Amino acid sequence: MKVRMTVNGDDTSADVEPRLLLAHYLRDTLGLKATNVGCDTTSCGACTVLVDGESVKSCTMLAVQADDATVQTMEGLSASPEDLHPVAEAFRTEHGLQCGFCTPGMVMAAVSLLRETPRPTEREVREGLEGNLCRCTGYHNIVRAVLAASGQDPDAVIGGGHATEAPSGGVEVAPGFSTGSGA
Amino acid sequence: MIPVGFAYERPDTLDGALALLAEHGEDATVLAGGHSILPVMKLRLAAPELVIDIGRLAELDHVRVDGDELVVGAGTRHRTVESSEVVQAEAPLLAAVARTVGDPQIRHRGTLGGSLAHADPASDLPAAVLALGGTVVLRSPRGERSVPITEFYTGVFSSVKEPDELITEVRVPRTGTAGWAYEKFTRRANDWAIVAVAVVDGRVGLVNMGPTPLRAAATEAALADGAPIADAAALAAEGTEPTADLTATADYRRHLARVLTRRALTTAAGA
Ligand SMILES: Cc1cc2nc3c(=O)[nH]c(=O)nc-3n(C[C@H](O)[C@H](O)[C@H](O)COP(=O)(O)OP(=O)(O)OC[C@H]3O[C@@H](n4cnc5c(N)ncnc54)[C@H](O)[C@@H]3O)c2cc1C
Ligand code: FES
Ligand code: FES
Repeated sequence: MKVRMTVNGDDTSADVEPRLLLAHYLRDTLGLKATNVGCDTTSCGACTVLVDGESVKSCTMLAVQADDATVQTMEGLSASPEDLHPVAEAFRTEHGLQCGFCTPGMVMAAVSLLRETPRPTEREVREGLEGNLCRCTGYHNIVRAVLAASGQDPDAVIGGGHATEAPSGGVEVAPGFSTGSGA
Repeated sequence: MIPVGFAYERPDTLDGALALLAEHGEDATVLAGGHSILPVMKLRLAAPELVIDIGRLAELDHVRVDGDELVVGAGTRHRTVESSEVVQAEAPLLAAVARTVGDPQIRHRGTLGGSLAHADPASDLPAAVLALGGTVVLRSPRGERSVPITEFYTGVFSSVKEPDELITEVRVPRTGTAGWAYEKFTRRANDWAIVAVAVVDGRVGLVNMGPTPLRAAATEAALADGAPIADAAALAAEGTEPTADLTATADYRRHLARVLTRRALTTAAGA
């Protein structure tokens, strides 16, 4: 069946099987290979893209569900290699990647996180990226990159009282994560 | 992993969706957020002939107050439930529990109705609605009916919902400032609960302590009789039938139910 969607500002359309996943529409139909498929089970976040501005795991969405939607992938994020989007730039300056496999999904998840929470605490960054796994970095520099992209000084935020406060209200998910500051 | 091929329809109205469902019955599957059914279809544990996408029906996507009740449309995304000021004010437990589901990407897609319909005993929101004392509203071409959540579930992945019925909305009492807490014990980030406990207004809902979400009836009765929290919480596993799996033995689940209930009751009491 016919699908149309705007991908990185371009109108795209194709005749697809309803069972085609959005990840494969992007990679195979359009040839946009930044979006990686890692686990294929909604766990790792490598396939994260923005659909109508919100982060979504494209291995768990049909292309036909994105009919008429606006989709953004890592390819469409920065104006040019010289003029990087602030999140991409911060991943570079803070060394937020090593092998790079998780990076496109991690960056798109971070863009969505910063739209919802423009000035996050360290905890909000870690929880906001809990759907994205990285096998290389140990996350620390990824957290720094997202804090830097939000216009904050990572050194000031990480380990500060501001960073380790529990969210208000009576909700606790345990075991929690290490904040790296003994809290 | 690729699902078995299927036909796909995206009706524009709820009535259109109900008519398709009535026509195709068990050969069709409804798709809302897709975050339970697509993984199952990718594993080929389900192979519907027709997928009816209700994910964009505006009629199912709303949050409003109606008298003593908060009403949330079945198609409302977890992210909306979590961030809605109306939900946060009228039933803060529901907003807080929605925030513990999976991860942000999952919450951008998954819906309250899908979570209740899927009837997974490890899901968070059914136990929250149970602790709140909510009602599930179902509609089919035969009419509409309201089922108290206490009568909705019949077993693992099963409920009294008929094949031609859709959940249209979920109604919960407005609990406002009544004490509440949610204690969810997971093995790692972005995961289902090994056990979780929802407490609000003296009612206790248990996640993953049997084939359906359960109320900790003995604990609630002890609290009503004025028992101290520690004594009431010690009864939390009474009458439950937790399973054993890779993450926990049944005994460990009973232990968790008691400990998490004590913590949740203590938090809810503001102590
Ligand atoms: C990696 C991962 C982690 C997750 N972690 C959690 C977690 O921690 N806690 C948790 O509670 N859940 C978790 N979930 C499940 C998630 O919350 C799902 O979004 C939810 O269970 C189903 O909602 P959905 O809208 O995606 O439903 P769908 O997948 O679209 O549908 C699920 C089922 O419900 C039926 N259905 C959907 N809507 C209706 C309706 N209105 N009326 C009648 N039937 C309907 C469908 O036919 C289908 O059988 C997780 C999912 C994934 C993939
Ligand atoms: S490939 Fe989609 S979450 Fe891992
Ligand atoms: S940089 Fe290698 S997986 Fe994250």
